[in-house]
Amino acid sequence: MRPRRPKLRDELITLAHGAGGKATRALVEGLFLEELDNPLLAPLSDSALLELNGSRLAFTTDSYVVKPIFFPGGDIGELAVNGTVNDLAVAGARPVALSAGFVIEEGFAVADLRRIAASMARAAAAAGVPVATGDTKVVERGNADGLYVTTAGIGVVPPGVELGPERVRPGDRVLVSGTIGDHGMAVMVARGELELEVDLESDTAPVLELALALLDLGGAVRWMRDPTRGGLATTLNELAQQAGVAVVLDETSLPLRPAVVGTCEILGIDPLYVASEGRLVAVVSAEACDVALAVLQSHPLGAGAAIVGEVRAEPEGLVLLDTSLGGSRIVDMLVGDPLPRIC
Amino acid sequence: MRFVDEFRSGELAQKLVHELATLVEPGRTLKIMEVCGGHTHAIYKHGIEDLVPPEIDYVHGPGCPVCVIPMGRVDDAIALAERPEVIFTTFGDMMRVPGGRGSLLEAKARGADVRMVYSPLDALELARRNPEREVIFFAIGFETTAPATAVTLLRARKEGIRNFSAFCNHVTIGPPLKAILDSPGLQLDAFIAPGHVSTVIGTRPYDFIVRDYAKPVVVTAFEPIDILHATVMLVRQLREGRCEVENQYTRVVRRDGNPRALAALEETMELRDTFEWRGLGWIEQSALKLRPELADWDAEARFELPGTRIDDPKACQCGEVLIGAIKPWECKVFGTACTPERPIGTCMVSSEGACAAYYNYGRLQRRRDRVPA
Repeated sequence: MRPRRPKLRDELITLAHGAGGKATRALVEGLFLEELDNPLLAPLSDSALLELNGSRLAFTTDSYVVKPIFFPGGDIGELAVNGTVNDLAVAGARPVALSAGFVIEEGFAVADLRRIAASMARAAAAAGVPVATGDTKVVERGNADGLYVTTAGIGVVPPGVELGPERVRPGDRVLVSGTIGDHGMAVMVARGELELEVDLESDTAPVLELALALLDLGGAVRWMRDPTRGGLATTLNELAQQAGVAVVLDETSLPLRPAVVGTCEILGIDPLYVASEGRLVAVVSAEACDVALAVLQSHPLGAGAAIVGEVRAEPEGLVLLDTSLGGSRIVDMLVGDPLPRIC
Repeated sequence: MRFVDEFRSGELAQKLVHELATLVEPGRTLKIMEVCGGHTHAIYKHGIEDLVPPEIDYVHGPGCPVCVIPMGRVDDAIALAERPEVIFTTFGDMMRVPGGRGSLLEAKARGADVRMVYSPLDALELARRNPEREVIFFAIGFETTAPATAVTLLRARKEGIRNFSAFCNHVTIGPPLKAILDSPGLQLDAFIAPGHVSTVIGTRPYDFIVRDYAKPVVVTAFEPIDILHATVMLVRQLREGRCEVENQYTRVVRRDGNPRALAALEETMELRDTFEWRGLGWIEQSALKLRPELADWDAEARFELPGTRIDDPKACQCGEVLIGAIKPWECKVFGTACTPERPIGTCMVSSEGACAAYYNYGRLQRRRDRVPA
C-alpha cells in the first residue's frame, strides 16, 4: 500500500532532511533504501524483525544529537537508552541488550560524561536491559556539538505477538499513553533562545511496561509506535500510508499540557508535530479500546492516556482532524522542521 | 490556555453559523477577502469553511509577509548571508522561500552562517556577543513586525552597536489593497482586515476602501470565533446596505493605532518610491526603507547587493491567487509541480500562504466535492 517511493532531488543535505518529515522520507527511501534495499530494511519500521533459529528478534538503532545535552526532565544518556528501548517495545519485543557509541568533542567535561553514563545506567536498569557493548571516538574541537550518542538494541518478540500496519482495520481506535509534545517543547524552551519562562519537562521514559501490558490483550492490539521526531502527526501519517487507511483525530480528546499549548501558540507551531520521548501510540480494536485505556491509565506512566481517534477506510492514506470548532482538516506530514511563523 | 479556548468554542461557533445562515441570501455567493495570512491559516486550521453556509466564499488575500517577497530580494539576502564575515538572521518561515539561487536553508547547507531568530532583538544580542562579525537581520513583514525592527535599530544606535544592520523589506498593507481593488474584473464583496497590523496602524487606513470602493471592512482578530463573528458583521452590513469600517478586534485595536509604534517607525523608516511585490508587480509607495540618518545600520547602504530582478516563474500563478482571481487549486502547477516540498511560488512556502494552507489543510473539501460520500 506504500505510495510510490519519493525521489531525493536535492543536491545538498539541509536540516530539513533530519526533521522526520517528507524531506527525511525522501532521503531514507530515495537514497538509503535505494542503495541498501533488502527485505529486512524495506518495511522501514522502527525495528527490523528477523527470524533466528525459530525465535523472532527485533533489531533497532538510533542516534541522539539533542541540544542542550542536559534538559529539564532528562539528559542525552537517558534519552538514548529510553529511545532504543521504546523502539523495541513498540515492536512487541522484550529488550535483551543495548549498545552505545559515543562521539565526544575534545574539551568535553569528564564530570558531565560520567553524569550521562550514570543516567544511562539508571535508564537501562529500569528497563531491565544491559548496555552490553560500546564504542568511543573523540573528535577535534568544533567537530561535534559536545556529544553525540548512538544506541542500538536487540530484543525478543514473544510467540503470538503480531503487530503491524497490515493488521489495522477500519473502526479500530487510536490511543496515546499521555500528553503529547512535552519533550520537544521542553527542549526548545531549554535552549534559552525564546526568553520564555515556562515550566516544562521532557517526558523521556521507557514505555516498555505499557507496551507489555497492552500486549496481554492479544490480537486486539494491532499496531504500536512511539511518536518521537515529527510527533503524533507524522507517526499517524506513516500508519495511514502503510496501512492504506484514514486516521481521524478528535481535537478535543488530544491530551495536551496547557504549557505546551501556550508555547506552541506563541511560536505558531502545531503540537501534533512535536516530539514525545516517553509516549506510546497504539491502535486497538473498538471492542477492546476501553479495556486498553484502563490498562494504560492504571500505570503511572499512562495516567494521562486517552482515546484520540479512530481508523476509517476513507480517505485512504490521510490523517484528518475534527476540530473543536466542528470543522475538519487534513493533518499532513511536514516537509522539514515546523518553522515558527513570523507574526 | 483558557483564554484561547473560549475563542474556539464549538457552541459559540454554532450560534454564529446559525446567525450567518439566516443572514445570507440563498444562492447568492458573497466573496469575502481575508487580507492577512494569519486569517487564511486559521480558516484552514480550524476547518471554518466546513461550517459556514456555501454562500460564503473566503478569498485569500496578499497579507502573508513571506509570500510577497520577490525572488530577487531572496537572492540579495543569500548574497549577504554568503559573505564570510556575516551572521545572517531571519525569521524561521523565510528559510525555505526559494529565490533564483535556492533558499536560505540551502545557502546554510553550503556553508553560509544563517541563523533563525524569533525577534530582531535576538539578532542584536548576537551582534553584541560577536563583535568581530557583521550581524544582518532580514527585516520582513507589514506594519506588524516593522516597529520591532524600528525599536531594535534605535537601540543599536543608542548603544553604538556598529556590527548590526537590517536588510529592510518591510511593506505596508494599504497600497496592495488598493492595487487589488483597482484590478479589472474584481468580484470581492467585503474585506476581513488584518488584526495585528491594525494594532499598529489603527483602523483609519481602511477608510478609503469604504469611501472610494464601497466595500465593507471589519478589522478582525485571529481566533476562529473572531473570524466567524467578523463574517456575521460583514454580511449584516451588506444585508442592511451599510458600508463601514467596523472593529471586531476591540480588545486590542484602537482607531488611531499605537502611537508609540508609529513614532518609532516614523523615526527610522520612510516610504520607498516603489517596491516589487511577488505576484503583484511594482507598487508605488508600498514599502519602507531606512532613513538616511540610519545608513550605518542599513545593510543595503553598507553592503553591495546583486539587486538582480528575477521574473516570477512563468508557470506560477501566485499573483492571481494573491488578488483572489483564482483559488489555489485552480493554479496550473498546484499540487503537481508546486508542493510544500518543492515550492515554485511563495504562496506554497509559508504556512500562512494561501496555497500551503490549502495544500496542508484544505484538500479534504475538494476530495469530498469530487467523490460524493
